[in-house]
Amino acid sequence: MFLEVTLDLLQGFGTTCLIFILTLVLALPLGLIVAFGAMSSFKPLKIVVKTIIWIIRGTPLMLQVMLVYYGPALMFNIPVTERFIAVIIAFVINYACYFAEIYRGGIESITKGQYEAGKVLGMTKSQIFFRVILVQVIKRIIPPMSNEIITLVKDTSLARVIMLAEILKNAQDWAAKGFIWPVFYTGVFYLLFVGLLTIIFNRIEKKLSYFKV
Amino acid sequence: MAFLEICNYDKTFKDGFHVLNDINFTLEKGEVLSIIGSSGSGKTTLLRSLNFLIPVDNGKMMLDGEVLFDSASNEKVTEKTLRDKRLNFGLVFQSFNLFPQYSVIGNIMLAPSLILKEKIKTYKAQLKADKTLSKSERKALLSSFKVAEKAKIETDALELLKTVDLLNKKDAYPCDLSGGQCQRVAIARALAMKPKVLCFDEPTSALDPELTGEVLRVIRSLKGEDRTMIIVTHEMGFAKNVSDKVLFMSDGLIEEFGSAEEIFDNPKSEKLKNFLSSVSNKDGDTTQPVNE
Repeated sequence: MFLEVTLDLLQGFGTTCLIFILTLVLALPLGLIVAFGAMSSFKPLKIVVKTIIWIIRGTPLMLQVMLVYYGPALMFNIPVTERFIAVIIAFVINYACYFAEIYRGGIESITKGQYEAGKVLGMTKSQIFFRVILVQVIKRIIPPMSNEIITLVKDTSLARVIMLAEILKNAQDWAAKGFIWPVFYTGVFYLLFVGLLTIIFNRIEKKLSYFKV
Repeated sequence: MAFLEICNYDKTFKDGFHVLNDINFTLEKGEVLSIIGSSGSGKTTLLRSLNFLIPVDNGKMMLDGEVLFDSASNEKVTEKTLRDKRLNFGLVFQSFNLFPQYSVIGNIMLAPSLILKEKIKTYKAQLKADKTLSKSERKALLSSFKVAEKAKIETDALELLKTVDLLNKKDAYPCDLSGGQCQRVAIARALAMKPKVLCFDEPTSALDPELTGEVLRVIRSLKGEDRTMIIVTHEMGFAKNVSDKVLFMSDGLIEEFGSAEEIFDNPKSEKLKNFLSSVSNKDGDTTQPVNE
């Protein structure tokens, strides 16, 4: 019985991990693009991007998942059949906006003097960004980033709102059969996963501790 | 013709503040110019405009017989030409602005290494154009070129570290250095680009008083090497001692311009007299015992 539940939950956990990894891989670069949009000196673009960030951060992720999944069918009569794709789209957009704000905070915290020093040494704009600014930004944003990424692990459970079979949904199916303990058992999986992430982030932080910004 | 010639530099900030008002001066090769004046007089703006960090509205700059800037010309300035022009000048900042993630020697070698990359590219193209070379010959030439150039950058950097007396700190990071040491690294970093004119923007203002001496000593030692330097400073004793020429600015105008003796021992304008006496009073105050 215990083994059967564990295997079933592991299967759901696979989906959980897949949501996590895909969201991270897609939202991290997209967030940087959104951040540059939010910092653009071209006003209309800046306003549009900032409005999008406000809407995404201002509404629950659960609502956004439901909108992506049910919205097209209700509005244009085009049913979305792939639950997984719907979840990924909603998650990537949502997390890109949160990451964007973290990037923006990091980039704007670097003093003007660093750019000027690069300029008077004859560096190009991209050399200044990639050789001088970026590593300092990464060092600055590691703590808020790790916070956000750990939240993402747990947010994956919102996918069950459209019946995607991630770990918590599988556990609830057991509860429906009269076994409540598998629901609490899922906590172990989350804890182990977050523990692993915490170790990784500590490693990165330590690696970047040889300098101060 | 003078080595550096600034004509009619004029700049008004967006808020209407007329920060540079028809600035004209010349400097000969190997001369040291100090720019003095109270805060807000435009001296830092002038220095930064020479380094193309602040665009001026009007004016013309000639350096070493070459027109570097002319507001009257319609020639479009690309980023590349702007970078090349900028490299005629080095700038040492008040707040050092070292790159924290690079070691001391890394800070000095970064910009030269990036320029070397471009050089390697052009050399590669040159070799490719030479049809008499076989592929392996080309490869050998290119790799020996790379090795030699890289070695040169490193020996130059080590030489500069010797000049600023920090050879023993070459692998340290900026966060492990004192302010005075940071500023000496910044001077070495600026020298690594071999600028024709080296500029200093209040190089000791961010330092504790006991650390200013070591930085000023390094700057003074550079004078002997026939280097053209422009220094914005509040250290009057240093300015008097090291400068060939002194420029006193007030409210965006050049109030007086002359030799160090003329400016310090024989000030003509009321403004300069007031400025010099207020500065020496301030110096006096710091030596007064504090009575409580």
